[in-house]
Amino acid sequence: MSGIALLGAIEIGLVFGLVALGVYLSFRVLQFPDLTVDGSFPLGAAVAATLIVHRVDPWLATAAAALAGALAGLATAWLNLHLRILNLLASILTMIALYSINLRIMGRPNVALLGEETVLSALQDRAIPAYVLTPLAFAVAVFAIKWLLDRFLASELGLALRATGANPRMARAQGIRTEQAILSGMALSNALVALAGALFAQSQGSADVTMGVGVIVVGLAAVIGGEALLNPRTVIWATTACILGSLLYRLIVALALNADFLGLQAQDLNLITAALVAVALVLPRLRSGPAR
Amino acid sequence: MPAFASRFAAVLLLLAAPFAPAAEPPRTVALTQIVEHPSLDAARRGILDELAAAGFTPGQNLKVDYQNAQGNPATAAQIARKFVGERPDVIVAITTPSAQAVAAATRELPIVFCSVSDPLGAKLVRDLDRPGGNVTGTSDLSPIAEQLDLIRELSPAAKRLGVIYNPGEANSVSLVGSLKELAPGKGFQVIEAAAPKSGDVLSAARQLAGKAEAIYIPLDNTVVSALEAVIKVGREAKIPVYSADTDSVGRGTVASLGFDYYDVGRQTGQQVTRILRGEKPGDISVERVKKLNLHLNPQAAAAMGVSIPDPIRQRAVNLAKP
Repeated sequence: MSGIALLGAIEIGLVFGLVALGVYLSFRVLQFPDLTVDGSFPLGAAVAATLIVHRVDPWLATAAAALAGALAGLATAWLNLHLRILNLLASILTMIALYSINLRIMGRPNVALLGEETVLSALQDRAIPAYVLTPLAFAVAVFAIKWLLDRFLASELGLALRATGANPRMARAQGIRTEQAILSGMALSNALVALAGALFAQSQGSADVTMGVGVIVVGLAAVIGGEALLNPRTVIWATTACILGSLLYRLIVALALNADFLGLQAQDLNLITAALVAVALVLPRLRSGPAR
Repeated sequence: MPAFASRFAAVLLLLAAPFAPAAEPPRTVALTQIVEHPSLDAARRGILDELAAAGFTPGQNLKVDYQNAQGNPATAAQIARKFVGERPDVIVAITTPSAQAVAAATRELPIVFCSVSDPLGAKLVRDLDRPGGNVTGTSDLSPIAEQLDLIRELSPAAKRLGVIYNPGEANSVSLVGSLKELAPGKGFQVIEAAAPKSGDVLSAARQLAGKAEAIYIPLDNTVVSALEAVIKVGREAKIPVYSADTDSVGRGTVASLGFDYYDVGRQTGQQVTRILRGEKPGDISVERVKKLNLHLNPQAAAAMGVSIPDPIRQRAVNLAKP
């Protein structure tokens, strides 16, 4: 594997680390199985790309993308809380609706950002090549966001959120307004995912209406893979595990892409990826012995 | 953790081994494709067949690395990085998202795209005739000018050309836009009829009866799905119906001019060959599909009052059976 491929895997792994943080927040903290992310990831990309080609400041466009993601999360939570639609189904409804909304936002299936001024433009044409600087910048940004998320989950509202997920009846008995906790948690979760979509579009040169396919699967694989790797017992370690899990997943895909000399072909990619993820999940357990 | 890390490192070394330099390095072509799809797979076969015809045989003097993102854009991005890191002689990108991912990853390595409808809109090139950068390729835009020529040949007296489309389909809107640009030059006035749902197609077609001497159906999913309604009106009112979609000829339109994705691939393969022989992508103009196939339906033509001259009949690759 070349350095560029490795750094590329790290860069994409960091972006999807934000997705993993969002998925951790909904699935693990709130216990809310949320498939909205397959729609909010391309939503973030669509909003950011459309604003950027209309000459809006790229930082502002990226912030607007996160805000749009928050609205998508609110929509799912509202469908669930106020219309009493099962959480999984509510998120599926928002996800399907977002496909059309994303097409409306972009006005066509694909908005190109190649050569446009993006938040990453400042990293182009420096002494150090962009393929080194971009993952470095993403690492700083993602770990800063993780730190903020850790702080938030330790705050009063954050604790209310965790209590709501752990035991909603008990939380209500303690005077926690669980509806508010779910609304804010889902908004934050999908804001993170949409932010990831906005950054991904800017680093890959386009927003495409199909780019949400399988985002939830990758996010879940990162969360669960990270948990298997670190076995976290605190929030700080759990969020760290999310990012490491996402990096691991991308490294595995990079390995799978190089597996063709084994007689494996392009169509086997997803199978190899799945097999390697299974191995990565089992390895830490083998280390600590079969007793566990 | 250390045990895991050392195993991980061992796997990395194992995977790096096959990439050790060989004595006589073959030329390398890397292909990236967003998803498995019959048209895209046909295009890829065309590219490889053309390379073989030009004397580049996989396994002998050509090393082909083909990767498919299986529909996942993040994987497409990783494939782009992998290719850029391996520095092949040419990177071939099939479809717009795959091409954009590669173009975002390198401004140096030669990129040839295939099956991209709008290379300017996708910002892959700035100029179709002289791309200038590291990117060129083949556009699979509908050959509207050639289709208009065909309608002119078969319906010489037609002045007003009706077009039925769904204004909600982005692709149709852009196709009708270019149709309206090109039609006056070929002596046609375009009459539009909108069909937002497939249930509206029949009334849209009836609306054109008496207002148009020929009807053109663009590549519009809504209208093509309810094509029989248009054909019914065409037969009743003796207005010939032409289609952009070649498969529609078998369903009863008079004629269509289109292309096979295999031929698109062959044409892209020629551009790849030129780069392998030393030309720069920036000097190779972006091409439209050259090899167009004529499909005719003589029975439909007779029913809609069109006589097909023998020279045109002989050009057809496919005559739909009555």
